[in-house]
Amino acid sequence: MSVKNEEFRPVIVAFCCNWCSYAGADLAGSSRLAYPADVKIIRVPCSCRVNPMFILRAFEKGADGVILCGCHPGDCHYSTGNYYARRRMTMLFSMLDFIGVENGRTRVEWVSAAEGVKFSETMNSFVDKIRSLGPNVRLGDLRCKD
Amino acid sequence: MQRLIDRAKELLGSGEVARVLGWRKGENSWDVEPAFFASAEELDGFVYDGFCGANLSKYMIEASKLEGKTLVFLKPCDTYSFNQLIKEHRVDRDKAYIVGVGCKGKLKIENIPAKGILSVEGAGYPDAAEMLTVKTLYGDVQVAYKDAMLERCHVCKGKDHMIFDEQIGESADTLDGDRFAQVAAIEAMSPEEKFAFFQAELSKCIRCNACRNVCPACSCRKCVFDSNKFDSAQKANTTSFEEKMFHIIRAFHVAGRCTDCGECSRVCPQGIPLHLFNRKFIKDINELYGEFQAGADIDARGPLTDFRQDDCEPSIVGKRG
Repeated sequence: MSVKNEEFRPVIVAFCCNWCSYAGADLAGSSRLAYPADVKIIRVPCSCRVNPMFILRAFEKGADGVILCGCHPGDCHYSTGNYYARRRMTMLFSMLDFIGVENGRTRVEWVSAAEGVKFSETMNSFVDKIRSLGPNVRLGDLRCKD
Repeated sequence: MQRLIDRAKELLGSGEVARVLGWRKGENSWDVEPAFFASAEELDGFVYDGFCGANLSKYMIEASKLEGKTLVFLKPCDTYSFNQLIKEHRVDRDKAYIVGVGCKGKLKIENIPAKGILSVEGAGYPDAAEMLTVKTLYGDVQVAYKDAMLERCHVCKGKDHMIFDEQIGESADTLDGDRFAQVAAIEAMSPEEKFAFFQAELSKCIRCNACRNVCPACSCRKCVFDSNKFDSAQKANTTSFEEKMFHIIRAFHVAGRCTDCGECSRVCPQGIPLHLFNRKFIKDINELYGEFQAGADIDARGPLTDFRQDDCEPSIVGKRG
């Protein structure tokens, strides 16, 4: 199917909140700042919309890394959404670490609408990290894969 | 035990309660099952001894929908679950007459290392013995009561009832272990070791859903695992869903609400230490957001439905090492 010795291209899912990080990604684009095409952005209304199951599901469906971007704490469009997301993600990441999933595969980063540069830098560093960790085999569904 | 039956008969007779929720003898002396009793005659089958590990608080969800009051017997640890259910508006406090019963630690038949067990003597309350006499096909065996106890009783939360209308019976302290010792031991492993440990444990899962069905915190009317759209309604041999997702999702759904009653591990037919997941969350909550015991205080806000502006960032997980 594919060429085996090809360079590893990770699949990275980035959940971006509509009000800050998605606009930040927009700014990165219009400022012509480069970030790898491996990052697939999913827009969510708020970082708090991200149910921990979304992250598990992304891993199950073949993601190698999942990053959640939201407004800086205190700047949430809905006042407090990202505070709840922060606690929830801390718990989930800690649990993933507990069952033996490398903890570099998940990350939370706060990116505002004005931080196009931070967005591109974050994505570059996250992709580098996932490349160094290699494919996600621990949480993936291994059916129908060669 | 006789005091419990007498009191139940008295309350049934006076019409104060319409039914009694307690434990009933099974086929063997150790097969004790939760049961409703509607009359004084039925109460002859009532039993309360060392094998009454079942937490009855979840049955009060259904009993709250019935006409009249239900007399329910709750052990000290069960009252935490009951409180938590009140907080979540799943049970009706006014429909329950709670008798707090004493507890001297509960037993698990699997913890008795003998074959061909016929009966276990010495587990009866109120005078639970130091040593159990286990009658087997091959003769009698003596087993220390403590050695046959459930894991959760070794790390007992205390013998105080959090909620009750009256209390009957004596308790005895059973705490002799560190609740978080096993979690801490796993945390100290390398990612490879952790992964191997959990794969070995979780691959035993047969998806009988007993842990979900018994859990007092798992009381949603519609459960995500029953969904036909999300292909998780049943066990399929070709997937690794149970090993990788099911138990994490379940533990997360009860995080911050789990009272650590230990029912999940008690009922697991495969002997998977499911309480480890819940304890990991409890340990993290205690360390990061302050000590919290679900069910101890009805008015307390659950840690995952609350926040502080200066909470730690999720990156703390990597930094803690």
